[in-house]
Amino acid sequence: MKAAPFRYHAPRTLAEALALLAGSDNARVLAGGQSLMPMLNMRVVAPDDLIDINGIEGLAYIREESGVAGDEIVIGAMTRQRELEFSPLVAARLPLMAEAIRYVGHRQTRNRGTIGGSLCQLDPSAELPTVAQAFDAVIVARSARGERRIAIADFPAGYMTPALAADEVLVELRFRPWSGLHGWAFIEYARRHGDFAVVSAAAMLALGADGSIARLSLTLGGVGAAPLRLAEIERTLTGKKPSTEAFAAACASAGNIDALEDPHYPKWYRQRLAVALSRRALVAALQRTTLQPATSP
Amino acid sequence: METRDIKLTVNGKAHACTVETRVNLADFLRHQLGLTGTHVGCEHGVCGACTVLVDGHSARACLMLAAQADGKNVVTVEGITPAGGLSPLQQSFWDKHGLQCGYCTPGVLISLTELLETNASPTEAEVREVLSGHLCRCTGYHNIVAAAMDAAEHLRVANSAAKGAALGPAKGAEK
Repeated sequence: MKAAPFRYHAPRTLAEALALLAGSDNARVLAGGQSLMPMLNMRVVAPDDLIDINGIEGLAYIREESGVAGDEIVIGAMTRQRELEFSPLVAARLPLMAEAIRYVGHRQTRNRGTIGGSLCQLDPSAELPTVAQAFDAVIVARSARGERRIAIADFPAGYMTPALAADEVLVELRFRPWSGLHGWAFIEYARRHGDFAVVSAAAMLALGADGSIARLSLTLGGVGAAPLRLAEIERTLTGKKPSTEAFAAACASAGNIDALEDPHYPKWYRQRLAVALSRRALVAALQRTTLQPATSP
Repeated sequence: METRDIKLTVNGKAHACTVETRVNLADFLRHQLGLTGTHVGCEHGVCGACTVLVDGHSARACLMLAAQADGKNVVTVEGITPAGGLSPLQQSFWDKHGLQCGYCTPGVLISLTELLETNASPTEAEVREVLSGHLCRCTGYHNIVAAAMDAAEHLRVANSAAKGAALGPAKGAEK
């Protein structure tokens, strides 16, 4: 349980980090270390070069940017999970993330863990990739060759594999907050608080003037190889009057997802959780449509 | 063997050391500085036994490289223990039987120190949320929670007494 030897690099600038990354055949980028360090200790990974980006200034920030297409909340890759947890801007504009962050590990790991690290690790049941999927977030990646924006839908290249080139570093995430009357809910089932979720569900729901569903986002974590947007259920319910019965009928189809399975949780178990949690998340989001984000519980 | 020179503060004392780059902070504290109060349990961030304060925030020492502690201020269980005695939190663990084998205790004390520094009146739920990051196989946690609540109460009493004492002479000086 001791890491194999590696060459340790602690670059002070992003340019330096990108040059190191481009010059290595077998490198890993060390962010908060809450997933990579266990993998190093267990020798699941054994990179030749470990590029520690903790010493690079200017990669940790949460700010609002206004553009022609609307406001965006822009979060630097090295922003610690604890900063997200205590950020008034996140609480006010991305309340779904504020709710989900409490399920991420424990206080002791959130103090170090970063949002960029969570996204690159891309564990199928991790909360932050699920939230990014729910918001249709955009990922900004940088390499010595330049900058590239990747839609979250295109970001997972496979199980725990981000669609980043070997010389690219995730530097920023861009979220478009929902405005107007809407509700949100993040719920999950795990055996103990702080454990990886077996299945999680994230819902956001906006109502039109006539009380029908104007916009819907429904995402499941822990079911597919990467967080899964339930586009079919979103289409079925959009334009309809929201009700527990309508949600239950629409969410039944989540039971047909070709879910992950492992020795602890067979496919049918995750399918049943997928149905139950997506319905519950929608019901909870609907109840919140009358609340303002800033006064969320 | 690749090494790196680091400077850091541990429990208020400045150190300049040469560390092997693959060595984690917990092993560095134990083997190189001889601070064996920080325990190593699982070595993958789950058990919480190795929890220390890094720049005031609790962190798993097994999930940080010693090289990453360069320039940091680290506090271990030795650093929160007064010379020749127990801190109010440690006394509460004694009084409430908050430990049995004691293996997890250093990490638990560090996390509760962080909690009590930022929240003088935690609820039982808040204490349990913090404890969720620690595994204890002896106590069943109830006595740890009781100790934390007891310590919070003692610290509140001590702080208000200290404030009273501080106000006393100041008032006298005004006269």
